[in-house]
Amino acid sequence: MHEFRMPSLGADMETGTLVEWLKNPGDAISRGDIVAVVETEKGAIEIEIFVAGVLNKWLVQEGETVPVGMPLALIAAEGEAPAASPKPAPTPPSDIVTKTPPSSSHTPTPAPTMGLHTETKKPAPPPVAPQSRPVVQSAAGDRIKASPAARAYAREHGIDLAALAPGTPGGAILRADAERGAGVVPAPVTPVAAPVRKSKPGIDFDRMRHAIAAAMTRSKRDIPHYYLSTQISLRRATQWLLDTNGSRKPETRLLMNVLFLKAVAHAAKAYPAFNGFYSKDGFAPAEGVHIGPAIAIRGGGLIAPAIHDCDQKTLDEVMAALRDLVSRVRAGSLRSSEISDPTLTVTALGERGVDAVFGVIYPPQVAIVGFGAPRLFPVAHEDGGLVAETVVSATLAADHRVTDGRLGARFLSEIAEKLQEPEKL
Amino acid sequence: MTKDEILALVFAELENVAPGCAPANADPGANLQDELDIDSMDFLNFVIAMHERLNVEIPESDYPKLATLNGIVAYLQNKAQG
Repeated sequence: MHEFRMPSLGADMETGTLVEWLKNPGDAISRGDIVAVVETEKGAIEIEIFVAGVLNKWLVQEGETVPVGMPLALIAAEGEAPAASPKPAPTPPSDIVTKTPPSSSHTPTPAPTMGLHTETKKPAPPPVAPQSRPVVQSAAGDRIKASPAARAYAREHGIDLAALAPGTPGGAILRADAERGAGVVPAPVTPVAAPVRKSKPGIDFDRMRHAIAAAMTRSKRDIPHYYLSTQISLRRATQWLLDTNGSRKPETRLLMNVLFLKAVAHAAKAYPAFNGFYSKDGFAPAEGVHIGPAIAIRGGGLIAPAIHDCDQKTLDEVMAALRDLVSRVRAGSLRSSEISDPTLTVTALGERGVDAVFGVIYPPQVAIVGFGAPRLFPVAHEDGGLVAETVVSATLAADHRVTDGRLGARFLSEIAEKLQEPEKL
Repeated sequence: MTKDEILALVFAELENVAPGCAPANADPGANLQDELDIDSMDFLNFVIAMHERLNVEIPESDYPKLATLNGIVAYLQNKAQG
């Protein structure tokens, strides 16, 4: 039986709220199906599954907030006979700490029930739901709800998670709770209230700001950035785009940003040291080139969801993917793989008129490429003439734990070269 | 089409491509993308919508004429009559 778990949708996500099940027990599941909607600091995210089979049982009900890694449902894999009776308590995953006997006086509730604080808002599970959650409930007393970040912190500092109280009664222990337990941060005068659940999933700008702050703080704390900048001629790219779009209906026209994304994707393929993830085991280049274009959200904040295998797509396909992503970012309906898969971010703030943008790397990625506004610039040619040419400032912020400026310069040059042959993109 | 009819259509489609952008409150002489905080994708979607609604050709080379609300209305009125 496969355990479908709360995915990590970003470096600093600790918990997620399951707002809607889109598959019921007994439903057939195919790879890539959207199984549930989870509300995170990035808004409501559609969670995909990457096994095929039959949904056997929900372990978490709508409205519950659970830490990353917590099993949400059991899936009988294809070919596996659905269990006639549910398995007894599954072996706790290795990252779930077994609680020591309930001796601690710090425990806020005598028998913590998963998602207690949110269940009150969802009085009755939908009729199709299993009547109870025997698997989890039998184990609930033996498990501590804590986010991976809180577990890591507790491990590092030798803190017993069982002795900690979650900031929200019945909620999961978060890193902040662990820090308080270690005496690093004094307890807030007023406890952090559970984020107010809106009836309609969408983007909560305060939470979005919090998510950006957490990720960027971590980036600036952990990643030794270096920055490079270069000016790239867009003479050919601009002309090619004019010629190409000239004969096209508006709905099939391409944007300059699509050429940028594709040029970066090709360069990332050639320089895999900028395309991948940095973990505690060091850097691992990614198999695919999944470029994350930074997309602004009206009202504040941004998301850089993945265009999968950007290097393999045609310009028209990248344009279609970008159009689709922008509309779904605005509508607040992104998928989990789009959130967790980007291997390299591209930000084109030129839209807003700035000359150049020096990015902050989104961990665990190791680089971010920025494009300023394409603009006319006097370019001196070798024959002595001055010509007005369209140019753009391209920048690279990269992780010094993985690469040096020398390699970064070659990566940036590769992007520039790719943009000189737009017809080959 | 009258100028007011075109303006109403332009406002409606701008609201469609960028919900909440409040074009009626915008300075009609100012740069549209800055004024409404819309990006090139939003603008392209607006051009697509105008192309469909008014059945007018809007080549990319004419985009500079569509930089402001005033410019857009004048351009579309001219095109729709032609």
